[in-house]
Parts: sequence; C-alpha cells; structure tokens
Amino acid sequence: MSPCRYAAPEAAGTLGALFAADTLSMRTVLEARNLVKQYPGVLAVDNVSFSVREGTCFGLLGPNGAGKTTTVEIIEGVTPPSAGEIFYFGEPTGRRFREEAGIQFQHTALQDFLTVRETIRLFQSLYDRKADLDRIIEECSLGDLVDRDNRKLSGGQRQRLLLAVALVNRPRLIFLDEPTTGLDPQARRNFWELMKRIRAKGTTLVLTTHYMDEAQVLCDEIAIMDAGRIIVQGNPDALLRHQYPNVVIELPLEDVSGDLESIEHRVLETQGVIEVSTNDVNTTLRDLATHVTGLNRLKIRQPNLEDLFLDLTGHSLRT
Amino acid sequence: MLKRIYAIFHARNLEFVRDRSSLSWNIILPIALMFGLSFIFGGGTRAQYTVGVLQANEEIETVSDPFLETRFIRFVPVPDVDDGMAKIARHQLDLLVRLEPPRQYWINPESSKGYFVEFALLQSAGNQKIEQAQISGEAVRYVDWVLPGILGMNMMFSCLFGVGYVVVRYRKNGFLKRLRATPLRAFEFVTAQVASRLLLIVSITAFVYAGTSYFLETRMDGNYFTLLTITVIGAISLISMGLMVAARVTSEELAGGLLNLVTWPMVMLSGVWFSLEGANEWVRQVARIFPLTHVLDAARAVMIDGAAFREVLPQVVVLCIMSAVFLAVAAMIFRWRPR
Repeated sequence: MSPCRYAAPEAAGTLGALFAADTLSMRTVLEARNLVKQYPGVLAVDNVSFSVREGTCFGLLGPNGAGKTTTVEIIEGVTPPSAGEIFYFGEPTGRRFREEAGIQFQHTALQDFLTVRETIRLFQSLYDRKADLDRIIEECSLGDLVDRDNRKLSGGQRQRLLLAVALVNRPRLIFLDEPTTGLDPQARRNFWELMKRIRAKGTTLVLTTHYMDEAQVLCDEIAIMDAGRIIVQGNPDALLRHQYPNVVIELPLEDVSGDLESIEHRVLETQGVIEVSTNDVNTTLRDLATHVTGLNRLKIRQPNLEDLFLDLTGHSLRT
Repeated sequence: MLKRIYAIFHARNLEFVRDRSSLSWNIILPIALMFGLSFIFGGGTRAQYTVGVLQANEEIETVSDPFLETRFIRFVPVPDVDDGMAKIARHQLDLLVRLEPPRQYWINPESSKGYFVEFALLQSAGNQKIEQAQISGEAVRYVDWVLPGILGMNMMFSCLFGVGYVVVRYRKNGFLKRLRATPLRAFEFVTAQVASRLLLIVSITAFVYAGTSYFLETRMDGNYFTLLTITVIGAISLISMGLMVAARVTSEELAGGLLNLVTWPMVMLSGVWFSLEGANEWVRQVARIFPLTHVLDAARAVMIDGAAFREVLPQVVVLCIMSAVFLAVAAMIFRWRPR
C-alpha cells in the first residue's frame, strides 16, 4: 500500500511539499485553509487545504461529485463556505482578488444577442485591469468569429470564447473548471495548447478536471479529491515515480497459454488484459515468453494518474 | 462604477433591441389595442344619459323628485359642486342638478345629450322655478380616458415581465453567477437593469403615445413635462416591483405565477379600462396599494384635467416611496445564483 493512500490533507500536503521542492522559491498566489462546505445531508467539501505557487498549473482532480467545483467556487467567491479561509498573495480574498482573477465556469451562459466581440468587451468593461481586446481575440483564435452571435458557436469555439472572457483583465490567476468537457479530441488538444501558451507567459492556472491525461499534460502539481477530501497531493511525475517504481506490461488474456503464478511479479487481470508490474523488464519478458502464445500484442507502459486514482480510491473514475 | 453600470446597461439594451419578437410585441400591442378600441367606440362618448345630483348622501331616493324617476337616465350622487362642474365641462356628466332649494342646474351648451336631458328636467319641473348655469368645455371621449390606462398597462407588463423574467433567466442559466465572479456589485447590476428598462419603456411609451395622439387626436390638457415625470417615476416603481418579485426566484414558472399574481389585480382594479368612482370603498382602498393606480390617476389628471405638477404631487410622492421600498427589499433578498 502506498504511504500516501487515503492520506489526511496535512499528510498529503507534506508529501506534496516534497515533490514541489523545485518550486519553493516561487511565491504562493493562493492558499485555501480548511475549507468546509456542508449542504443539508451532504458534506460536499471536507476540510480541504492546498496552496498554489505563482506561475504553475495546479490541477484539482477527481470524479464527478468529488467536490472539485464546489471547492473552486468557494475560492472564487460565488459559493459561501461553511468554514475555512482563502488567501490571495497572503491577504484574505477581496476586491483585489476579483480584479486580478480570471474565471471560466464549467456551466455558464452569456448574454443573448451579443456578438463574440461585444461579449468580450462587456466583460472587459467590468474590470479596471484590461487586456488588449485584439490580442485576446488572436490568442484564443477567435479572429474569424468576432462578429458571430455567441449563441451560434460550436462547443470548442464557445470554450475559447469563455477562456477569452476569463482573460479580459490580464489575470494573474485563472480558474478553469472542466474546460474541455464535451469537446472532441482535436478541440481538446487545441485547448491544451492554448492553456500552455497562457501559462508560458507566467499566469498561474487552477484547473479542475476529471481527465487524468489532461492533468498529466498540463499540471505542475495536482490534488486528487474524492468524496469531498483531498486524498493525495503533489507533482504528477513525482507522485507516479513514488507510487510506481515499476512499469506495466500488458498482454491480451487470450495470448496467455500457461499459468502465470510462477512469475515473480504482481499480475492483474482486468477486462481481458493481463497486467504485469515489474522493475526488470528483460527478466519478466523472458519469463513471459514461456507462458504466452505470442508477444506481438504486448505493450509496455508507465503507470498513469488513472492507475494512481484507482489504487488510491479503490474505484474507477465516475465519468 | 459608472463604467460597469454602463456596460451592463448597454449590453441589455442591445439584447432587447435585437430581440425582434419582443421589441415588436412591446410596440404593436398597445397600438393595436388603441386602434381596436377607437374602432369599437367610434370616438363617441358614453351611450347612456348621466345626470349628477348634487347631494351629500350616497343613495339617491327616486321618490324625492319626479325628475329622478325619468327612464333611461342614470342618476349619480355628486357631493362636490366643483367636481360636478368639471365633469359637465368634460361631458362626463350630461347635466348636474341641485333639487334642494335654491334649485339650480348646470349644463354644457355644446353637449347634445345635455340638450335633451334639459328638456326632461324642465318638463318634470313644471311651474317650479329652476335656475340654469352654463359651463363650456370639450367632451372627453372614452378613447381619451382609456389611453393612459392602456399605455400604463403596457408599461406595467413590460416593466414587470421584462425585468422579472430576464433576471430569473439570467439566474437560472448561470449568467448572474458569472457576473458575480467579476468586480460588478449587486447595486450596479440592479441599477443598470432599472436604467435599461426605463429608457426602453419610456421611449416606447412616448413613441406609442405620439402615434396614437396624432392619429386619434387624443386630448392633452396638461403639461408634457409633468406627464413625462409621472411616466418615469411610475416606470421606476413598476420595474422595482418586478425586481423585488424576481429577487430570489429561480424558476420561470414560479416567476410567471408571481408576476401574474401582481399584474392581474392591477389590470382589474387600477382603473385601466373603467373608472372605480362607483365602486365600493374597500375596492378603492385596495386599489391604492398598487403603483399603477397612482400612475393612472396622476396621468389622467394631467391629460384630461390639465392638472399641474403640484396637484399630482401626492401620487408622485407615493410612487417614490413605493419605489424605494421595492428596491430596498429587492437588494436585501437578491440572490446571484440558484440555491
């Protein structure tokens, strides 16, 4: 069992601090302390604490209903917490936070009958800090759409517009709540590139997602939530190295001809696939060769965050 | 702060103007009603003969004088002689009579109906002496009387549903929540909504009034600026009422029910279609709790009676108080997002 399995937030924080040692010199942009949100009969957020360092991408991961969105909405100030504190550059969140934070909600509507340009301009007018309108339009690849009614955009175009709206105030910190949910693979990857470009300019990102691949590509640090609690926190690669020193060899079950119990490694069978976890690929492959009909469909892969989540929570992502 | 208010105000105006179906409905409905009524009533006055009897009692005893037994004449008690004379001048009464000594009657020489009623009075008087007084003035057609009612009703529906539904829709679809995450304050949002709807409704009401006034040659005895003031303050009170009703509601169905609950009593009791002069006292008292009653009383006083601003000041003050109360309650209970 992993030492951080079902770790308390304090323990998870310590673990995270170890893995984020290379970013210690950076300032803390955001700090959430002991956030609690209690609805009648439901504890949606249970004593959640974390901090986000300047210029990084922090991922809040978990299945639907884990409490990610509620946690972020408490920080954004749109949902009042039952308990807990939030600090922005060391100060309680207030007017400055609203002025300097950019927010993209998971579900939101825009004012009807406005074009893309008018929509961006409307939100830009609500801030004292203003980004250059044309630059935002260019960055978010909305140039061909500026005069289109915002109700007539595709899913990917609409997400880019919502991101543009989140950028109108030259934010120092951006919250992106499941920004690629419902997008096709191409649109998702385009959106990732967009987020990478924003981050490259030094903007801090807080991303909530239930796509582990997205977090692995984009995030410097993650916190995995389940049932309202953070169960592990840290740098994704470091977490995986710590949790999984081995690689995984996968084989279709139908290619296995003999009994694999003699192999001195952990062997799992899931959905018609045999998974062998090993730190010595050469030896394991030699052992396997005597138990299988062929190696043509063999795959070797590094464990990913999906595996980590499965191991930590005991259940798959409820997407 | 003003920039943020202007941004929301401008965006809401664009939304309203570009929503062609909503815009045309707001303009076409009152015009269609006006022309329809004008056609139905043919520009004439009331069909029945009406005689005011100067007396303090609310009941008229027909046995007290043979004239009061005349068929096809409706007799109404008039406690105040000045009020009765004003109605003679506007042809709202065909004749005003005092049957107690010294007996006297007032008549408008330009009223054809008054001419015939005078015959009936003199015939029933026989040899008894009764003095005549003449009062001149143009007739108030029904269309003159009902015009403020229709414009006021359209204003009421537009203010209440136009603001109430929009706020509930914004709340339900998450647009309010998105605005909450910006530096925009509730006060700024509410102010922008009031200003936007006010501009639109005053513009549309003025446009419809100008059109109907031109084509139907409706009466205007008072000051246009006073009428505009009443329109603006009345619209603010109705918009505030709409904001109060919609301040917490998240369901369009519930909002519709609540808005109907406040609009239909106003349509029935605020004097849109008919005067409440002959109604029970309790009905008239109930009607006073509605802002539309005060808007219509003041507007008719200006348009038909030529009342000056100081004469409609009581209604203006009541509307200002109502607006302040409605806005304060709306701001106190306002909710940015569904529970």
